[in-house]
Amino acid sequence: MATALAAPPGNFDAERVRHDFPILQQHVNGRALVYLDSAASGQRPLAVLRAVEHYETHTHANVHRGVHTLSQAATDAFEGARERARRFLNARSTREIVFVRGTTEGINLVAQSFGRARLGRGDEILISALEHHANIVPWQMVREQTGCTLKVAPINRRGEIELDALLGLLSSRTRLVAVAQVSNALGTVVPVERIVQAAHSCGALVLLDGAQAVAHMPIDVRALGCDFYAFSGHKLYGPTGIGVLYGREELLEEMPPWQGGGEMIRTVSFERTTYNDLPWKFEAGTPNISGAVGLAAAMDYLESLGLEALAAHEQHLLAQATAALERLPGIEIIGTAAHKAAVISFTMRGCHPHDLGTVLDSQGVAIRTGHHCAMPVMTFFDIPATARASFGCYNTEADVAALVAALEKAREVFG
Amino acid sequence: MDLKDLYRDVILDHNRQPRNFGAPAHSDAHAEGHNPLCGDRLTVWLRFDGDRIADIRFEGKGCAISTASASLMTEAVKGRDKAAIKELYDRIHVLLTEPHAAADASLGKLAALGGVSEFPARVKCATLCWHTLNAALEHSADAVSTEQ
Repeated sequence: MATALAAPPGNFDAERVRHDFPILQQHVNGRALVYLDSAASGQRPLAVLRAVEHYETHTHANVHRGVHTLSQAATDAFEGARERARRFLNARSTREIVFVRGTTEGINLVAQSFGRARLGRGDEILISALEHHANIVPWQMVREQTGCTLKVAPINRRGEIELDALLGLLSSRTRLVAVAQVSNALGTVVPVERIVQAAHSCGALVLLDGAQAVAHMPIDVRALGCDFYAFSGHKLYGPTGIGVLYGREELLEEMPPWQGGGEMIRTVSFERTTYNDLPWKFEAGTPNISGAVGLAAAMDYLESLGLEALAAHEQHLLAQATAALERLPGIEIIGTAAHKAAVISFTMRGCHPHDLGTVLDSQGVAIRTGHHCAMPVMTFFDIPATARASFGCYNTEADVAALVAALEKAREVFG
Repeated sequence: MDLKDLYRDVILDHNRQPRNFGAPAHSDAHAEGHNPLCGDRLTVWLRFDGDRIADIRFEGKGCAISTASASLMTEAVKGRDKAAIKELYDRIHVLLTEPHAAADASLGKLAALGGVSEFPARVKCATLCWHTLNAALEHSADAVSTEQ
C-alpha cells in the first residue's frame, strides 16, 4: 500500500529496538500491544531500567550531604547525569543545567523567578496559539502577579505559526518569547531559529519548550541561540518526574531562587540566608536522584540509536501513516504543517475521538484522545478533541498497518 | 473486553439519532454540563408540570456514550417527578459503576448502558447528562463539570 513512498531507511532496525523495551512484549485486550502514544510518554528501554535499578541497589544515599562512601557515589552519579545532560544539549557549563520535575516545572521556574522578578506593567510576553497549557498558564499567572501583558501569535489552518504575525507582535516591550519547538497536539515543527533571531534583535529573551522535540532531533542550545530550554525525561525514554531546565549562565546567575529549602542555600541564620551557587540555587530539597541517573541512561540510549537515522525512520512512518489515513473515508488530519514531527492528530466523521480511543484500545492499539492539554488549539479548529497517534523509536510499519486496521474496525462499529 | 457489550445497538442508534435533541423555544429551567477531559458539553432544558417533567430536551457535542446516555435519559425521565428521577438515577449509577450488577428490568432501554461498567474511563461520559439534569432540576444556572 505504500508503494509510492520512499523505502524505509535501511540503517535503522526498529524491530531490534523493540527488543530493548520489555513493556512492548505484552498483549493488551488479547492483542499484541501497538504503542502509539510516545508523545504523551515514551517507554523505557532496559538500559534505563537497569541503570535505575543499579543505582537503587548499589549507590543510593542523599547527595551533597555526607562524607560517607554511598553519599559520595550518589553525588557522583547525580552530577555525572548533569554533565550528561550538558553534553546532550551542548550547553557550555553544567552550571546551566537545572534538574526539575519536567518541562512544566522548568517553565514555571522561569515564569516565577525571571518573570515575577523582572516584569511589570508595559512589559510583554509573547507565546503562540499552538502552545501546550504548560506554556500558557505559567505566563497567565505571571500576568496576574505583575500586570504584564501576554500576547499570542496566531496559527494558520495547517497548524503552523503565522511567522509574519509573530514578528509583527515583537517590539521593544517584548521581554520574553516562549514557544514550543514541536507542537504536541499537531506535530508542527516550529522554525525556532528564526524566532530566536528576531526576538533577540528586539532585545527579548527566548524560552523553548522542547518537550516534544528532544526525542526526535539533535538539540544544540548554542546553535539554537535560545536563552532557556525546558524538557522532560520521560519524553525521551527516560523516567517520569525528572527533566532539565537549561538557562544561560549569566541569566540564571541574576535570577532569584524560586523555592527555598535545603540544598539551595550556602548559610542560614534567622537573620540572613545566603544562596548556593548555580545550578543548586534552583534545586531546593532532595532531588530525584534515580530519575537523573535514568535520564542520563536514556540520553546514552537515544544517542546510541543515532538521532539522524531515528528521525529518518520516524519520518518514514509519519509519511506512510499520513498517506494511509488520507485514503480512509471520513478521516481528517488536524495539523498538516509542511514540517512535522512523527505525530498525527485526526478525527473520524461519526465517531468521537473518545469512542475511537476505546475501539482502538480493544484492538491493542494505544493512542491518545482528548484535547492534548492544548484547548486553544482545539478551539481554533472548532473541535472538542482529536485522536492522536505518535511514533517513536520502537514503532514499525506493522504498527501503522495495525492502526489502519483498527480504524477500519471503528468504521465498522460506527458505520 | 467486548466492544459489542459497550456499543450495543441501542447505544449506536441513540448516538446516530438522538431523541429530544435541540433547543426548545421555551423552558422553565436549564443547565450546562462539561467534561473537560474529553471536551463533552451538553445543555439540558426542562419544562415542568407541577413537580413533573413535562418536557425535556438536550443538545451538545459528545462521544457515543455521552450522547446515547443523554438521549435515553430524556426518554426515561419525561413525565416523572423529582423523587422518581432521584430513585432512577441511583439505580443507573449502580448499573454504570458496578460490574456484573444484576440486570434491573425496570430500567428498560437504559439497561443498554450496562457495558459501561467494564470501561471505568467511560463512566463519566454516561453520567454527565444526569449531573446536568440534576443541576437543571435545582434551577441552577451554573455549569456543572465532571472535574469539580
